[in-house]
Amino acid sequence: MGPLTRIQREARPESMLLNMGPSHPAMHGTIRIMLELDAEKILNAEVEVGYLHRGFEKTCENKTFFNLLIYTDRLNYVSPLINNLGYAMTMEKMLGVTVPERAQLIRVLMSEISRVSDHLTCLAAMTMECGAFTVFLYMMKAREFLWDVIEFTAGARMTTSYIRIGGVRADLHPDWRASVSTAIRETRRVLQDVSGLIDQNSIFLGRTRGVGAISKEDALSFGWTGPCLRSTGIPYDVRKAHPYLVYDRLSFEVPVGEFGDNYDRYSVRMREMEQSLRLIEQVAVLLPDAPPLPAGPAVEPAEAVRGSRRQRTPGRIRLSPNLEGSEKERLDGLAARSPSVGVPAKEDTYTSMEGLISHFLFFMGGKGIRPPKGDVYFSVEGGNGELGFYIVSDGTDRPYRLHLRAPCFHVVAALEQLIKGRLIADVIPTFGSMNMIGGELDR
Amino acid sequence: MFADVLIILVKVVLTLMWTLLLALFLTWVERKESAVMQDRIGANRASVFGLRLFGLFQPFADAIKMLFKEDFAPSFAQRTLHWLAPTFSFFFVAVTMVAVPFGDTVRLFGRRIPLQVVDLNAALLFVLAMLSLGIYGILVSGWASSNRFALIGSLRGAAQLISYEVALGLSLVGLVMVFPSLSLARIVEFQGGLLFGVLPKWGIFLQPLGFVVFYLAGMAETKRVPFDMPEGESEIIGFYTEYGGLKFGLFMFTDFLEVIVLSALATTLFFGGWQVPWLGDGGFAFPWGAGIKVAPWGVTVLRVLSFNLKVLFFCWLQILTRWTYPRFRYDQVMDLGWKVLVPLGAVNILATGLVLAAR
Repeated sequence: MGPLTRIQREARPESMLLNMGPSHPAMHGTIRIMLELDAEKILNAEVEVGYLHRGFEKTCENKTFFNLLIYTDRLNYVSPLINNLGYAMTMEKMLGVTVPERAQLIRVLMSEISRVSDHLTCLAAMTMECGAFTVFLYMMKAREFLWDVIEFTAGARMTTSYIRIGGVRADLHPDWRASVSTAIRETRRVLQDVSGLIDQNSIFLGRTRGVGAISKEDALSFGWTGPCLRSTGIPYDVRKAHPYLVYDRLSFEVPVGEFGDNYDRYSVRMREMEQSLRLIEQVAVLLPDAPPLPAGPAVEPAEAVRGSRRQRTPGRIRLSPNLEGSEKERLDGLAARSPSVGVPAKEDTYTSMEGLISHFLFFMGGKGIRPPKGDVYFSVEGGNGELGFYIVSDGTDRPYRLHLRAPCFHVVAALEQLIKGRLIADVIPTFGSMNMIGGELDR
Repeated sequence: MFADVLIILVKVVLTLMWTLLLALFLTWVERKESAVMQDRIGANRASVFGLRLFGLFQPFADAIKMLFKEDFAPSFAQRTLHWLAPTFSFFFVAVTMVAVPFGDTVRLFGRRIPLQVVDLNAALLFVLAMLSLGIYGILVSGWASSNRFALIGSLRGAAQLISYEVALGLSLVGLVMVFPSLSLARIVEFQGGLLFGVLPKWGIFLQPLGFVVFYLAGMAETKRVPFDMPEGESEIIGFYTEYGGLKFGLFMFTDFLEVIVLSALATTLFFGGWQVPWLGDGGFAFPWGAGIKVAPWGVTVLRVLSFNLKVLFFCWLQILTRWTYPRFRYDQVMDLGWKVLVPLGAVNILATGLVLAAR
């Protein structure tokens, strides 16, 4: 038995203590809420976070700037591409790198797809915990189509590491237009179905309307951002307030709620998904098709290496399948071409001495990406709100300090206040609509 | 004497078999129906000699799995009560089926055998009483588990079931006023007539409001979504938190039995039971004058079939509802019961009384 928690010490002798979580179906595996109950009524609550703490920030101090990118996949594991983006853009700000236009468009496309899948997951879990299992499966189905696009593009569904410092890793899949339009069509259908099922459902309204309401002032003082803040009526969206990438050239609205209750959080997310789909459509129009690769048979890498010894310049080199899309001809549109920022073209590594040296230097300890001394903060609009990275560099190839501003940490901080005085059942939609993601919350 | 006992025994066994097999079948229906609603395929792997039959063997596979699981009770539980609770739940629901008439009478070996286990003259009260006793299963399970989640679940369950029994009882008073009997067999016989010479004289046409109250209260009695307060698996896990294996299986099975009992009661009380519209003992006599002659055995088969189809329809309807709606909150369920259904039931009695007095 560990020491008593605050609520255990302060509980009235006649009330019942109920330990919700960390192993509880609605606590998403990684949070614990101690409740002091008078029958069904919650007299007092204590939220305990930290069950998924794995030292992300400390780990990053021991990894090179290039290598720690994969750790950002595991932050908000529902929209890993936005985490990649946040980190990459912070580094670009620090390095003063501009990203090619094509890469910027691809980044917008990917982060909007991730945002839709993030909102879908949140609402699916929330409605399932309210008993609407059908809605859950509908939304999971739509998410599959979105993740198909991500899988086609990045090769992975969750651990993408696709958006890199200076650009993106590879070009889109040759058939990306078809898969994106399927995803948009299926998601729209699901959104329509779900709206029809629960938007006006009096049981759902009874569970969410007026439950877990927070005022604008309280939300701001807790540091809320994202859909949760917008549900109170404050139209703060990083994409509008501090436009990055090409968001200032695209047209989209920032839906806001009115009361800041669970239903508003639900409806803001529903409307935001529609806006994200609009953004995806706009970007798909703006994105030109990838330049075709030179015709002719491709040469195996080993043969290219042999040929280069005899000063023979080979034709196209067949890259390994996991490098597909990052051919040298395409890399110009995909990443900033600076040996101190991104991985050099693979073809050069195979065929030229300079290429081999720059490849070696890029991955060698103490070399590679070395930003100037100083600190920088940059934030993007994540699925849950403002996702910010604060990085202090001391001039070496590892960060001196890296801090993540996780949006849901601030949101969950208000949970105690929102459930106090309500019923046990109200914990579920309130907690569900906050979109707590363990990986991001506990870092 | 011996023959009578034998007949009763056969009928008991047949009824029990029918109920249990239908409940097993319902688990399959629920899997498949929800799968169709949710764009899934549903369980289809269980097979016998490579024969899959759309997963129809799945319920048996489930049953075998439940049977062979460890009979587990937590060390802090009260073992006897922990063991007794699911049997209470199961028994009191299963026993209600004895009062339900499955069909008319059949003539076998010169005897007239009613297709009903026992024709109690206060069958309606018997059914309500048995459903009430079912609460003990929930209460005892929560208490014996010594688990706070289970305790909250069982208290919620007790409060909910007791509240809805009031509405359930009130909704049936109007019916008893219209069909002056408490025997289910008599009530079904009363529904054989015609209303205005066209409509079958079913309870639903005489007591539409009574049916709505009865059906909603009955749904609440089955403790399934949207009324699954005692379970509420994402809130309080439920009164069977500490149950596993066959004992959990019994609780789950009871849920399906309750669906069947509600369907059978709705059919018997409001949808003419085994009556087929315009089918008399000699054959069909349609209101526009036409008629079809049907042999006596054909009439019996049609009637039994009619009862089964109606029951299946209500089972289907309940599963449809279960997979469409989210869950109520505890206080909302209480509000619905006491502030809506109970007054509506009372209004229904008053209206029925006024109509009967005016006639």
